[in-house]
Order: sequence, then C-alpha cells, then structure tokens
Amino acid sequence: MGRVLAVIIWIITLLSVGLFISRKWWFPEAISEHAPALDRQFLITILVVGISFTAAQVALGWAVWKFRDTGKPGDRAVYSHGSNRLEVLWTVITAVIFIALAVMGQSVWAALRLHDAPPGSYTVEVVAQQFQWNFHYAGADKKFGRTDPSLIDDGALNFIGLDQEDAAARDDAVTAALVIPAGRPVELRLRSKDVIHNIWVPQLRFKQDLVPGMEIKVNFQIQPDKIGKYELACAELCGQLHFKMKSYMLVVPEDEINALQAMPQDQFQARVKELLDKYPLPTK
Amino acid sequence: MSVETHEGVHRHPAPTGFIRKYIFSIDHKVIGIQYIMLALAAVIVGMLMSLLMRMNLSWPGTSWPILATLFPTGAPGGQMTPEFYLSLVTMHGTIMVFFVLTTAPQGGFGNYFLPIQIGAEDMAFPYLNMLSFWVTLVGFIVILLAIFVEGNQGLGEWFAALGPSFRGGSGTVGPIGGWTGYAPLSALGRVAGPGQGAGMNLWVISIAIFCVGSLLGALNFITTLLNMRTKGMSLMRMPLTCWAWFTTAVLALLSFPVLLGGGILLLLDRIAGTSFFIPGGLYVSGLLSGSNPNFPLHTGGSPILWQHLFWFFGHPEVYIAILPGMGATSHILATFARKPVFGYRAMVFAIFAIGLLGFFVWGHHMFISGMSPYSAIAFSILTLSIGVPSAVKTFNWLGTLWGARIRFTTAMLFALGFVSLFVAGGITGLILGQSSLDLAMHDTYIVTAHFHLVMGVASIFGMFAATYFWFPKMFGRSMNEKIGKLHFWITFVGVYAIFVPMHVMGIQGMPRRYSSFGEYEFLASLHPLVVFVSVAAIITIAVQFLFYFNVFWSIFKGEKAGDNPWEATTLEWNTTSPPPHDNFAGVLPTVYHGPYEFAVPGAPNDYVMQTDLEAEVPGENGHNGHKH
Repeated sequence: MGRVLAVIIWIITLLSVGLFISRKWWFPEAISEHAPALDRQFLITILVVGISFTAAQVALGWAVWKFRDTGKPGDRAVYSHGSNRLEVLWTVITAVIFIALAVMGQSVWAALRLHDAPPGSYTVEVVAQQFQWNFHYAGADKKFGRTDPSLIDDGALNFIGLDQEDAAARDDAVTAALVIPAGRPVELRLRSKDVIHNIWVPQLRFKQDLVPGMEIKVNFQIQPDKIGKYELACAELCGQLHFKMKSYMLVVPEDEINALQAMPQDQFQARVKELLDKYPLPTK
Repeated sequence: MSVETHEGVHRHPAPTGFIRKYIFSIDHKVIGIQYIMLALAAVIVGMLMSLLMRMNLSWPGTSWPILATLFPTGAPGGQMTPEFYLSLVTMHGTIMVFFVLTTAPQGGFGNYFLPIQIGAEDMAFPYLNMLSFWVTLVGFIVILLAIFVEGNQGLGEWFAALGPSFRGGSGTVGPIGGWTGYAPLSALGRVAGPGQGAGMNLWVISIAIFCVGSLLGALNFITTLLNMRTKGMSLMRMPLTCWAWFTTAVLALLSFPVLLGGGILLLLDRIAGTSFFIPGGLYVSGLLSGSNPNFPLHTGGSPILWQHLFWFFGHPEVYIAILPGMGATSHILATFARKPVFGYRAMVFAIFAIGLLGFFVWGHHMFISGMSPYSAIAFSILTLSIGVPSAVKTFNWLGTLWGARIRFTTAMLFALGFVSLFVAGGITGLILGQSSLDLAMHDTYIVTAHFHLVMGVASIFGMFAATYFWFPKMFGRSMNEKIGKLHFWITFVGVYAIFVPMHVMGIQGMPRRYSSFGEYEFLASLHPLVVFVSVAAIITIAVQFLFYFNVFWSIFKGEKAGDNPWEATTLEWNTTSPPPHDNFAGVLPTVYHGPYEFAVPGAPNDYVMQTDLEAEVPGENGHNGHKH
C-alpha cells in the first residue's frame, strides 16, 4: 500500500509540475513597462514553489515507500524525538529563502505602486457603476469638468454627473471604452458610484479596486509597440451581472490621442467605436 | 491552580432520560458528536451547491429539467440565473467556512477528545458547552432560511412583513456577497439589486449568532485545558492535538468578537440607516442616496473599514480551520508511524508562531483594496514569514516518517494525504503573499485553488483522518477499512484533479465569482480545463457518499472495537470504547510519560502508554522529550 501511495504521489507531482512547465495555459503577453518585472518575479517565485513542492512530495513518497511496517516481530521504528540541529537548520534556511522572496517582491511593488504619475501623464477618470464602465477624458483644455453625484442621471446618459455649466466640462468626453496612448505615462483616477468594483486588464498585470467615496490613482506606461485592443473586466464581486461588466482598453498612437482630444464628445465616441472595430484582440 | 480544587466543579451525574442524554446533553462527548453531525449535514449542502456551480460553469446554456423543478425562480427553464449562481457562491463559502470547517475540527473532535486527552471528566463549563452548540445550530438554521426568504413569496412573504429591508429583490435564492460580504454591496439593501434583501439580513444575523456560539466554545476550551489537566499531565506532555485545539480557541476568542462587532455594524447599516460602511454621494440603480425612501441618505462611512474588520477575523479563521487538522495529523502520523513525533517542542512553537503571526497578516487580502501601499510592505513580509513555521511543521512530519514502521490504515492514509495537500496548497502562499504578484493573481482562480487546497481540502483530510481514527473510540465499532481506502484513493486523486488546473486558470487571469466566462475571449481557451475540473468534482463528490454510508453503517453494524485498537499511547485509549459518562469511570488517570512514546528501546511493546507506571523511557525526568 505504501508503494502504491508513493507512486500516486509522484505521478500527481509529475503531472502538476508538467502542467505549469508546459505553459499551455499561461499569462497573456505583458504590455506595460513594469509588467515584465512582475513576470520575472513570478518566475523566480514559482521556481522556488515548484522545487519546494516537488522536494516535499518526493520525500513524502520516499518515506511511505521505504518505511513500511514489515510485520516482523521486534522490527521497530527508529526511536528519536528529533534533532535540534536539524530544526535550527531548516528554520533558518526557509526563513532566508522566504524573506528574500518577500523583499525581492517588494522592490517590484515599489516600482509599481510607490510613485506618483510623472508630469505630462495622460490622465483618464474612471467611474465604475453596476455593471458598466465610464471613462472620462479632459478634452483639449486638459482640465476635467466638475462632477457631482446629484447631477448623475443615467436616463439622460450623464453617467458621471458632469456639470455642463462648468466651462472646463464643455470639451470633456465620456465613453464606455478606455483609450490610452502607447509609450507615454498614463494615470487613471478611479472612482465608483455605487459598490466596489475592480479594474482588470490581464495584460497590465495589475488589479485595483474602485471604492465608492475614494479616488484611487494608478499609473503605468504601455510599451510603444503594444498598440491594440485588450479586454477589460471587473474583478470584484459587484452584484448580479458582475460577469458582464466588460469593456475594452484601446492602446493607440500618440497622434490618435491628440486627434481625439480635439473632438467634441459625439465625434470622440464615434471614433472610439471605429477604433474598437479596427483593432483585433491579441491572439496570445 | 491545582487540579483537585476543580474536580467537584464539573462533576455531574449521568443523565437518564433520552432528551437529557442525546438532545440537550451537557456531556462533552455527546456535544462533540452533535457538532460533527451538524458539520456532516452542512457539508452535504455546501458540496451539492458546488456541484450546481460546476454544472453551470462547464455546460453553459444546457437546460437541466431537475433544476427547473427544484428552483423555479433560480433556474427558470432549467438554466441558472446569474443571481442564483452568485447566491450559491455566497452560501457555499459561508456554510463551508463557518458551519463545516469551524464546527467539526474544533467543536466536534476538540469537544470530544480534549477533555479525555488531558484526563478530565468533562469541559469546565458543561452548560456553556451545550449552549455553544445550540447557539451554533440556530445560526445554521438562520443561514438555511436565508436561502428561502428572497422574492417575497412563501417564507419571504412572512419576512417581508418585518420591514422594507427584509423585502426581497427579484426571485433569487439567497444573499449575494461571497462569504466575505464586502460593503457597501452588502450594506445598501435591496437597492443594490437581487440578493440584497431579507436573505442578506439573515446572512449577517446568522454569522453574528455563530460568533457568539464560537466565543462560548473558545472560553470553555481555554479554561478546560489550563485548569483541568490530570495529575502528571504537564503542558509538554499534552498530545499535539490539545495544543492545536488550545491555540485555535485563543484565535477564536480574539478574532470572533471583531467579526461580531463588524456584523452588528453592517446590520445597523442595513436596517437602521446608519453609515458605518456606506460613504456619501452614492448613486445606485438610478437612485441618489437620500432622494428616495427606498434609499435613505448615507454619508461618511468607509467600505475599507469592513474589509479590515472582516479580515482581522477572516485570516485567523483560516488557522482556526486548519490547526486542528494539523494537530490530528501529527497525532495520527506518530501513532501509525510507530515512532515519536519528530521535534515535539518545535511543533508546539510552530503552532504558536502560526497562531501569533496569523493576527498580523490580514492585510494580504487587501493589497488591491485601496489601502496604503506602504502597509502592504509590512503585510507582505509578515505573510511570507508565516510560511516558516508552516514549513517547520512539514519538515517535522517528514522527520516523523523517517525511519518509521508505517501501518497504512485509512486514518493514516488521510493523514499522509493531509501532509501532501497542505504542502500543495500552502506553498502557493509564497506567490499570493507577495503584494506585487497579488496585483495579477488577486481574485482569480489561483486564489480559489490555494485556499480550497489548504484550508478546505487539507482541513477536511485532517477531519477524515480523525474520523477513521477516533470512530472506534466514539462508537465502540470500527469503520470499514476497505470502503475507507477506496474513499481515500479516489478522493486524494480527485481533489488534485479539481484544484491543480485551477492554478493555471488563475495565471491566465480567470476571475472568481463569475457565473459565466462566455463574455471574454481571453478565457475561451480555458474551457476544456473548466470541464475537466467539473468532471473530477462530480466523481469526487459522488465518492463522498461512500464515506457517509460507512459512517452510518458502522455506527450500527461496524466491527466491534477494543479499548485500544490502534495500540496508541494517549489517554483516550486508556478508557472504554465508548468512554463512560465521566470518561474514566470515577478514577482519573495519572500521567507518567510524554504523548508519543513509540518504539521505546527495551519496552515490551512498541508503544508506552502515558499512564504506564512501569515503563522506563530514556531521557525523561531530565529534558523531557529531547534526545539526540
């Protein structure tokens, strides 16, 4: 029985590790400047995870293979209560490896999260609601018009409560898809009208909650050659149609952004529709 | 405090009537079995819910006539509505975490065996013990009611009379919020859509009731262990199970009050118009806060506060679920390895370290919540630190097996399965605990895989091992080993087949809590894996009925067991099977040895019971249990 168990444990280990190594199902291509660093940290970590997992399972299998009760009278187990030296050894080794991983991970975290958007970033306000995304662009004056919850009127398509009396609001545009430039820092200012949502573009390798009552800023930069269309999902349970709270992120050349900024809202929206048709989804 | 002064406090005569004996019993053994039965009932409900979810995910668009019959509003025409699916997610998680993983390991086996293993006649507060079970049972009934009160029909109609916040939305079958019930979705009431009406009120109330029951239980465990150990039962002679139950009780005592407080605040937000978790200026379902009687004015609340309160409880809860499994595994491994536990002291320190660190890592659930990115650094490093005592435990389990003479009983197979699964599930904590990697991994299926393997399946394997191991003691009859082993093989392979593929689903980015993946191109290639997981789940779930059959058949028809069928060493094997009402028939045992004296050189048998006055164990009286 011990041998059967050992073989089963080893086969499970082999198949599990194989599933990861095959990479048949894996990350989509990373498109932001910082995402490759996260992928590298992931690879280092999963290497440690894979080696530890395999070592532990192989050892467990070996123990049940080797140390069976033979049933012979007088054949007893080794009498031992342990070894302080071994305890210290494996405690120190695991502590060093685990803490080292944590510290390495923090340098990636710091690069991603501990700095403000550089000046000149392209800024978009993201306003989430059940079960829809609204993206607010400042227009040619590069100033966001005033918004107020009491002005929200979903029926009249004023989803974010934009104050049309405000001069800065007149050239603003609100669309259902996110359009950002490639090769230039982008800042998203995240808000929610109702419950918590979460913005998730797998190619960006980050998620961020949109919390009602808060404005949360995230910034990143898309690699210059990653122009295209990417799926954008909600990743925090927000109610009945959570699974349908979908939009797209369009990454376009800088001059397209400049052209959009000069357009009034209806043309802006029409152009975004064209762009959505123009770009295919990534194949990997 | 001396043991003798407390002996009279808890002594109570054996009950005679059926009701005092089996229903409103103050005997910790009966209460323990009641907890186990509650868990066995709850786990069937939770398991069948997961079956329904898998059916919906793998075969979208298929009409299941049986669903149309069973759930006319949740699955009209036999196809599940998204709100039905999400209420299943919520109820599955809540029932499994609270009413299975917190009841059987602690309230069940802990209640039954902690007093016996320390040589006590009962818990310190027998009436409190009875109360904690019945309070927990009320909590379970309330959570079941939560399924049926939505939709203003049947029971829902009755609840709707209680007030506006008790009126349901449109025909779901339960609350929607996941087991974490994030505010403000869970706080707003029915304005936030289906699943936010009466069912959500009952969900909060049920959890609050559960907290009270667990608190009472925790007090009892701590007092009993500290005050009622028999003569010679020093702390370092206790079985590792007792250390695990004790630490679990301390965690419960410190964490459940926080959830209780949070739950009360959430309920007030829902029914009394307060704003603890609801900020101002919300616009929900076409209504501005304060503009309509259905959506009163809220202002000043913090959604993130709920997450802090919830996870301050929620993370220790993970250890509440698994520590007893660790204890049972250590206990059972040593018994069937016929070898002392390797590094007993290190095991005790590791349990403590896990319990202590468990209070400082809750923020790793909130890396992407909008909390300060600087606090994420502390939480991340502390989280990876908790891997160290967990690894120490694994090393010591392997050390226990090294040089052993293993007897492969069903209980031992499940204990070995626990070690394998604990490693498989725990090790991915190295990924998820890093705030940077969590940015990509958060709320995807790799999280689902991680916590199911480690806190769900590993804990349950610990409980399976405990059931097969202690069943002869509890019922005087053994479970069938052939059926038990079949149950083990299929379940062991099955759970790996279910949860390993979920890791790569998560890496590819598949979000949790989606009732359908059909909207997204980037998830399309995962469909074969989704189907594979469901097939594995169906097989694994089906096999669990072997276990149920084995339990209930063996209670009445199992082979008669002796007092010490496994040739084990601890005090529960020192009394009859099942033990008498006062556990030791009037004479409390005296303890002379550590808990795991197997293969002692020179001893006549390969095991020395804790009560064995004659046996000489090397190294005792000096540095107890530490020989090199």
